[in-house]
Amino acid sequence: MNVPAAWYLILAAILFGVGAFGLLTRRSALIMFMCLELMLNAVNLTFVTFARTLSDIGGQATVFFVMVVAAAEVTVGLGIVVAIFRRRTSTSVDELSEMKG
Amino acid sequence: MLALSYAVPSILIFITAALLTLVGAFGVLVMKNPVHSALSLIMTLFGVAVAFIAQSADFLAAVQIIVYAGAIVVLFLFVIMFLGVDRNDTVRVDPLVGQRIFAGTGVVITVGGLIALMARAHWVTGAMSVSTGGVALAPGSGNVQQLGTAVFTTYIFAFEATAALLIIAVVGAVLLARRERTSDESES
Repeated sequence: MNVPAAWYLILAAILFGVGAFGLLTRRSALIMFMCLELMLNAVNLTFVTFARTLSDIGGQATVFFVMVVAAAEVTVGLGIVVAIFRRRTSTSVDELSEMKG
Repeated sequence: MLALSYAVPSILIFITAALLTLVGAFGVLVMKNPVHSALSLIMTLFGVAVAFIAQSADFLAAVQIIVYAGAIVVLFLFVIMFLGVDRNDTVRVDPLVGQRIFAGTGVVITVGGLIALMARAHWVTGAMSVSTGGVALAPGSGNVQQLGTAVFTTYIFAFEATAALLIIAVVGAVLLARRERTSDESES
């Protein structure tokens, strides 16, 4: 018998927590994006676990779309990081305190 | 023993996935060098892929490796090395007073609440879903066909929307990362 779904759900919850903590404490925009990826992966793991438990392919289809959106988000986000770095020579989010470019 | 009521291979697979995932996640968190963080992220992504395979999501595990570990992390590494920020990050300084404590408390409350909710609630009834017409999820690679059918029938509009989203993202990224020659010359 396979391990219960709760084990994977708890693993996903812990992974989400680690990602959230990193997002709240690290300053580098690049590391923050990586922590965002951790959180997205935790959610993906939850979706796959529930897809297995509920025997519903919809969960896996949702993970497919989450992956596409994550790829688009990282592309645009890193483009913004590059654009900001060109002006400020830093990826620290603390120094981005004004709207003016 | 609790462990003996389940098959030993599935427990070993779970432990492998959990170790890979959590060690990689903590690596992303504590590494000072962004390159090392990105490599730790690859470890986490492989761990999640192992968990996907263990839960009969083979196609998603392959996509996880190809898209995440193969494309997104490489994009991260490319940007890190392109910008030359692979020196020490300011991990130690703490401009906001007590930021770590508040973040840690909030995260512990959230995760603890999630786990407590999972321990008490009964979300999973064992009933078949309505959307698949009561067809059970096939184990292993058997559900690649099911996934394809679902994506190209039930979720066809979402699938088409992702195509537009990807095009917009690519064009936006090119626009953002492009060097604006005219404005640079006028400023200097």
